[in-house]
Amino acid sequence: MKLLLENAHIEGIRYYEIYRKHGGYRAAEKALKMAPDEIVEEVKKSGLRGRGGAGFPAGMKWSFLAKPEGVPRHLVCNADESEPGTFKDRYLMEFLPHLLIEGLLISSFALGSNLTFIYIRGEYAWIVDVLEQAIAEAKTNGWLGKNIQGTGFDCEIHVQRGAGAYICGEETALLESLEGKRGNPRIKPPFPAVQGLWLRPTVVNNVETLAAVVPIMNIGGEAYSKIGVGRSTGTKLISACGNINKPGVYEIEMNLSVEEFIYSDEYCSGIPKGKKLKACIPGGSSVPIVPANLLFKTAKGETRYMNYESLSDGGFATGTMMGSGGFIVLDEDQCVVRHTMTLARFYNHESCGQCSPCREGTGWMYKILKNIEYGKGKMSDIDLLWDIQGKIEGNTICPLGDAAAWPVAAAIRHFRDEFEWHVTHPEEAQTRNYGLAHYAEPLSTVTV
Amino acid sequence: MKFSEEKLKKVNEIIARYPDGKQKSALIPILHIAQEENNGWLDVTTMDHVAIMLNILPIEVYEVATFYSMFNLKPVGKHVFEVCRTGPCMLNGSDDIIQYIKDKLGINEGETTSDGLFTLKPAECLGACGYAPMMQLGKHYREHLTKEKVDLIIDECRRNAAKNN
Amino acid sequence: MSEQTPKFKVTIDNITIEVPAGTTILNAAREIGGDVTPPAMCYYSKLEGSGGKCRTCLVEVSKGSEKDPRPMPKLVASCRTTVMDGMEVKNMTSPKVVEARKGVVEMQLLNHPLDCPVCDQAGECHLQDLSYEHGSSTTRTEFERTTFSQEDIGEYIQLHKTRCILCYRCVFAANQLTGKREHGVLMRGDHAEISTFIGKALENEFIGNVIDVCPVGALTDKTFRFKNRVWFTKPVDAHRNCPTCSGKTRLWMRGEEVFRVTARKDKWGEVEEWICNDCRFHKKQASDWVIEGPSKIDRHSVISQNHYQGAVEAQPELVNEIIGKNPKLLFDIHEVSDVNREEIDLSKINGPAHSDNFLANQKAKHERKLKVGRNK
Repeated sequence: MKLLLENAHIEGIRYYEIYRKHGGYRAAEKALKMAPDEIVEEVKKSGLRGRGGAGFPAGMKWSFLAKPEGVPRHLVCNADESEPGTFKDRYLMEFLPHLLIEGLLISSFALGSNLTFIYIRGEYAWIVDVLEQAIAEAKTNGWLGKNIQGTGFDCEIHVQRGAGAYICGEETALLESLEGKRGNPRIKPPFPAVQGLWLRPTVVNNVETLAAVVPIMNIGGEAYSKIGVGRSTGTKLISACGNINKPGVYEIEMNLSVEEFIYSDEYCSGIPKGKKLKACIPGGSSVPIVPANLLFKTAKGETRYMNYESLSDGGFATGTMMGSGGFIVLDEDQCVVRHTMTLARFYNHESCGQCSPCREGTGWMYKILKNIEYGKGKMSDIDLLWDIQGKIEGNTICPLGDAAAWPVAAAIRHFRDEFEWHVTHPEEAQTRNYGLAHYAEPLSTVTV
Repeated sequence: MKFSEEKLKKVNEIIARYPDGKQKSALIPILHIAQEENNGWLDVTTMDHVAIMLNILPIEVYEVATFYSMFNLKPVGKHVFEVCRTGPCMLNGSDDIIQYIKDKLGINEGETTSDGLFTLKPAECLGACGYAPMMQLGKHYREHLTKEKVDLIIDECRRNAAKNN
Repeated sequence: MSEQTPKFKVTIDNITIEVPAGTTILNAAREIGGDVTPPAMCYYSKLEGSGGKCRTCLVEVSKGSEKDPRPMPKLVASCRTTVMDGMEVKNMTSPKVVEARKGVVEMQLLNHPLDCPVCDQAGECHLQDLSYEHGSSTTRTEFERTTFSQEDIGEYIQLHKTRCILCYRCVFAANQLTGKREHGVLMRGDHAEISTFIGKALENEFIGNVIDVCPVGALTDKTFRFKNRVWFTKPVDAHRNCPTCSGKTRLWMRGEEVFRVTARKDKWGEVEEWICNDCRFHKKQASDWVIEGPSKIDRHSVISQNHYQGAVEAQPELVNEIIGKNPKLLFDIHEVSDVNREEIDLSKINGPAHSDNFLANQKAKHERKLKVGRNK
């Protein structure tokens, strides 16, 4: 079932007339006749979880919004999509800008935001034009501006461009950036729901989360909650990349098995040149990498599905996380050490530098990984890496520290022999990759 | 440093988005415009000018301009190749593409060709992982890069430069 | 605090205290004092907005409050977390905290040049104290340390970017004292640095206070540069009739010579009253001042032992309060040292003593420690 991308392939759906013709703004019509709190209730009922990565229930986040008398409130859409492996929001904004605008309008109405922002990563420069065009069309047709559809509700939406900083995907860093400052995450509490943009109560939600409000309004929260499985309700966009035949953005119901997702022709269509699967990072670069033998089946031998609970089954020892849905596949010829090194470099590059464990630790990990990758590593470096990631995790101001620590920890946890081989075979490691080793063999060979 | 009429209008539009007293919020959007108007980089004069426009301290502009990777604090070539090299692009051969560009243009990361046409700027994930390897060129992405495609892009840039001279 | 402010009970390392609602864990711990108080490198009670960044004051909240007793999932920055009624906090009694803090110290020293022998801050440096008290004695990094470009910021203040730990205190101080800030934190991540970007001279009449708030040797007094070591000078409290500031200062003297003028600091190393540049940089004659008498330096420090008076000593009863962890100042040397063992008579060892002589007694010592722990 497709709720978000159903009409994505219709020619011209990016324009108002066509979007409207295919049922666009019907959800908004319905919502504007409801009381704001009723909309919040519907979203709560839907079980929708934040699609940016943390998976926090969206309706609950909305209900935390403080509403002091006389203080304006704001909704901010987080379109700072920057997690390696994740490019779903870009797809949604590029092809279905009105779906996002409609979701934003409904959400702004529900939360009482008369001034709403889309904070988009600076590199998505052309999408700013797409969105601004859609906003102008919506305004012309009475869906934005003053007294929307005669309800008396006013709402303006502006697109604000970032300028190259992964950290601005963290909601308080985003707000700092939106205020024209460095993207330094704030110390919490206070949370944005109490003191957000310009210290006013603010809700920050991911693009996909806000777009999902449209189908929730259309079919009702109850019906939405019945799609998917357990607490993983509704549909989820997965951006698949790495070594697969058909990379791209897929909308899935969260009862799809991981194996089917990788091998079915409807989705990734398997691995190029018939190569074997080595490992996968299913939720964006910060979630733990899992070897093939823990990907399709959990440690208990149960089928692993593409949802929050099943992907995290086994905890970090044998599981991983749903994250943002950035699905990265590594084939048998890929080097886990090199891949981990590029991720460590990424987090080092993106650390804001406020707190010492992240500022210093990310660079330290990158330098050690670089040594190992280029044949200058020592056996003790592997233990040192393990220790450093442990010193970063949980001790930083914002989750970037965890995001930097987890990939390194998981790579060592599952692929330690590959790290050791780099140390013991420094020259050979420059000319060939370690290969598949036992990672695709039956589970019993894995020591946890 | 001066903004064109058209850009000045855009700047005022942007400032008007924010509530009274919150005009500092316009800083990043305006620095983007300033960089466009100043051959792709921000010098101190330009940043000081932006500080006056927004009625903020110059250091507040420097703090922000040095934080974000899209702002260049040194002159850059006419065409800046920002080739992604993070995980998913690496899996699809971005290392080879970067090496190819380096060899072809005779520059290293962070350098500009002597004719001032090209700068190679290392980039981390640009959110095009499914279309790897890729680079950002101006406002747009160039995706599914191959050596042949890189050749075409370089030729295209050279032709454009010749046309505009 | 108004009289209506409710009082909250908070227990830190098994010591319970009542504080007004809204007090942070760190400030509650400061009321108890001694080793119970977490170290703080970026928090500064006189600078609004400071804190939360350095992570040295992380503590474990083992009980959230009487109402919601769940422990907090992560260690929290005690300087920015307010107490709740019935909260229980572990500082030095938490192995997690001790370990995390050791990590934080290691990170702060990772790219630090360790140039204490030529650093004017040595002897009153909070990073020295921190690493001495909470760090480990060896370094595990083998990489070259980050370097930065030199920047001249005028005739008063010497800037050493390599020593900076990015506490942001000087940024807050410039914001709140001068009104027109001219320096800030530029760049990002491990390239972040204190800078004016344009090599500007800092000349605001209160800017000298950034020297006093700097916990390390990143911002030092240029008029005192290489003139003397701090521990050779004697601090005296003095005042003068200053048209700009309170004129209440501390002179660092040797004989009749005034080597340096600073603000007076409390036992947490925080300035009591801000002073102006004129007092700090230009009044270097004893005759400029009315000398009140020797300063009482309350702060514990590597060098306090020498001639500072009234160094904080943990109260004896703490020994019983803090399970298994004796505050350092009260350690029995025989409990913590491998040499000078009671049972080893050096005179009876043939030739020079080797580590073997001491290691043989490790086991016995370990068992004795366990016994001591159980008795507590």
